[in-house]
Amino acid sequence: MKPVLLWTDGVVLALLLALIWYARSVAKTPHLASTWRQAFRRPLGSAAATVLALFAIVGLLDCVHYREALPSASGEERAWSPETLSALDALLSHLRASRETTYSRPLALFGYEKQAIALADGRLERAYPRLLHAGTTLTGSGDALQEQWRTDVGRRSLLGLVGGALAMAVLILLTTWWQNWRMRTAQEAPRHNDLRAAWRAIARGQTSFPVRAVLITLGVVFLIGGPILSLSTQYHVFGTDRIGNDLLYRVLKSIRTALVIGTMTTLVTLPLSVGLGLIAGFVRGWVDEAIQYVYTVINSIPYVLLIAAAILLLIVFIDGHPDAFPTSAQRTDARLFFLCVILGLSSWTDLCRLVRGEVLKLRELDFVQAAQAFGVSNRRIMRVHLLPNVMHVVLINVVIRFSELVLAEATLSYVGVGVDPAMASFGTLINTARLELGRDPVIWWTLASAFAFLFALVLSANYFADAVRDAFDPRAAKLGGR
Amino acid sequence: MSSYILRRAGYALAVLFGVNLLTFVLFFAINTPDDQARLQLGRRVTAEAIERWKAEHGYDRPLFFNSAGQGLGRLTDTVFFDTSRRAMSFDFGRTNEGVNIGEEIRQRLIPSLLIGAQVFVLAISAAVLMALGLALFRATNLDAVGVAVLVAMMSISTLFYIIVGQFVVGRVLQITPVSGFAPGGRAETFLVLPIIVLVLSYLGPEARLFRTVFLEELGKDYVRTARAKGLSEWVVLGRHVLRNSLIPIVTSSGTLLPAVITSTIVTETFFAIPGLGNFTIEGITQQDFGIVRAMVFVGSVLYILSYLIVDVVYTMVDPRIRLR
Repeated sequence: MKPVLLWTDGVVLALLLALIWYARSVAKTPHLASTWRQAFRRPLGSAAATVLALFAIVGLLDCVHYREALPSASGEERAWSPETLSALDALLSHLRASRETTYSRPLALFGYEKQAIALADGRLERAYPRLLHAGTTLTGSGDALQEQWRTDVGRRSLLGLVGGALAMAVLILLTTWWQNWRMRTAQEAPRHNDLRAAWRAIARGQTSFPVRAVLITLGVVFLIGGPILSLSTQYHVFGTDRIGNDLLYRVLKSIRTALVIGTMTTLVTLPLSVGLGLIAGFVRGWVDEAIQYVYTVINSIPYVLLIAAAILLLIVFIDGHPDAFPTSAQRTDARLFFLCVILGLSSWTDLCRLVRGEVLKLRELDFVQAAQAFGVSNRRIMRVHLLPNVMHVVLINVVIRFSELVLAEATLSYVGVGVDPAMASFGTLINTARLELGRDPVIWWTLASAFAFLFALVLSANYFADAVRDAFDPRAAKLGGR
Repeated sequence: MSSYILRRAGYALAVLFGVNLLTFVLFFAINTPDDQARLQLGRRVTAEAIERWKAEHGYDRPLFFNSAGQGLGRLTDTVFFDTSRRAMSFDFGRTNEGVNIGEEIRQRLIPSLLIGAQVFVLAISAAVLMALGLALFRATNLDAVGVAVLVAMMSISTLFYIIVGQFVVGRVLQITPVSGFAPGGRAETFLVLPIIVLVLSYLGPEARLFRTVFLEELGKDYVRTARAKGLSEWVVLGRHVLRNSLIPIVTSSGTLLPAVITSTIVTETFFAIPGLGNFTIEGITQQDFGIVRAMVFVGSVLYILSYLIVDVVYTMVDPRIRLR
């Protein structure tokens, strides 16, 4: 096994480290810590954060890449498989290996299209072929098979539900124990174990942190995920796509793409937008005019067209330099990386304008005036006095932009300037689903599964963004500005 | 007021120059004429063939500065000056298939403008109405449910609205044609579905934003005065709050413009409407740089023009600007 660090993996790693560093600095700053605590104290915010965290785990697992060693005779130089795999691929190896020939309905036993099948006596018959990797334990035929299928699916779903419920029960027990420990360490509570009181506090929603909301969210995820997990060992729970890939696998692989675009794009251009916004607002004069002119120009080009132009050039470049990107994973990854950069370069203007507006207000305040009177250098004023005070604008913008960018990816991939068509993403899934709806019988499952996951991701991102905004911008919270 | 608009128009021209420069850098400085020739003629091509191709397209001159020229010719006898001059008169040369791009754009402009303008106006009106309704029932369960629905609506990709709308209305219910376009009076039968679908897709974010604007206005003193006079809640909202909220509404409608242009591009291909969006997608899939470059320019011109219109509307609703 040979670990592979793709460009976007590197950025994700850097982001993760930055996030840890930020969390540590928040923990050290009392007022920031209390504001963040407020964001998580809202049940909706915590529930949304839980869902996002689950998505993030899947995405991070998909960021650990490696290439397997090819079997080779001893003494020869080790050769590596041309296929780049991730930790998620390894976990879902049974889904990846269970390729059929073409479409099949969710949970189906038979294929979508009739095929010529050779009978035992050598004749050919047109019939729906049995799927290779669905219900392999079922041996009957005709109505008996249908009956077996029904009981098998029922049994497996039940098993999954029970498994999910069991996992939930363990989780509830652990949480109650933790809550009990918290209540014990808090001073006003009795100093002996009282699990029942702890459970009452959780169930009534009287805990300082909305434990109940998180537990309910996880419970729903477990109860849905359990049956899917247990069914996926024998069936294609979401069906298969045109070339027979399991859709559950494709959808899970899409999560990483969405997360990378949602986070990387804003963060890559953060220095540009915040830096220029600070300078424009603080220095004013012709510098301000020039920066405003630049962002008006960039804003004036509809972003799809600007990205279309840039991606077209990029495709030509990648095609022209095949040596620089030896594996297909590196090629698709380079395109994803540059897509984020281009998307960021064409959309940093919003944040720049917001920061500039905020700095224009701040620079008239007494503490900045005082710093100037003391002869503090401009650079230091911007870094020490202004930057921390515009961070809330930046933060709110970053979380709000996340869901917009995830949705934008879908549109861009549809137009043909998004991620590489070979890369799993919600955009490419929707793009194929468009033509499938026109077929008879309708192939609805690609669209449905992409919709379910994309909707869950964006909805929780939106609610989390609301919680963060309400915590950092109390004026918006007072208006109930949802 | 006229001096303000004149100033804005002058700035718009300056911005247009910037857009032109940026697209030129993208298409000629990064992707040099030699690269373009190689893309067109194939990778194995002689140097003479490249020179001939460049001469045919007028790209055999320096990009920005012709040191061999005389006087003003140093600046005018360049690829940049030539392409800029022709772009200003909407002459973008020919596509790879030999179709005149400028002519094609003129023909395709009407359907795109029809969709874009109607979507823009209808989306804002629908969002204002919805937000007014929610503001009327503020702090009730109806408001909470309404806001939750809006958040859910804004979490759905525009593509889903288009795909599902086309499937349900066009294919299952067969109320409108699934796709296609006919010029003239029958155009609306083909456009009604795309327009409704797009308006729905904007309702979530816009109505939510306008609701916040209304709630902010409702907290102000003049509202209390109006209520103290005994005006009904409808009159307070419909007459006083709505008028005062117009300024933020007009401002935010300006930010809706690029989104409308984007979604028009996407919608046209779904519904097979022969507009500018379809042309753009053609250019992208065929890797035709001429089309994409022309569309970047035309798209920006449309954006700048509509923003100028928003500016003019702004002077109408905000007396502080009118008096400047």
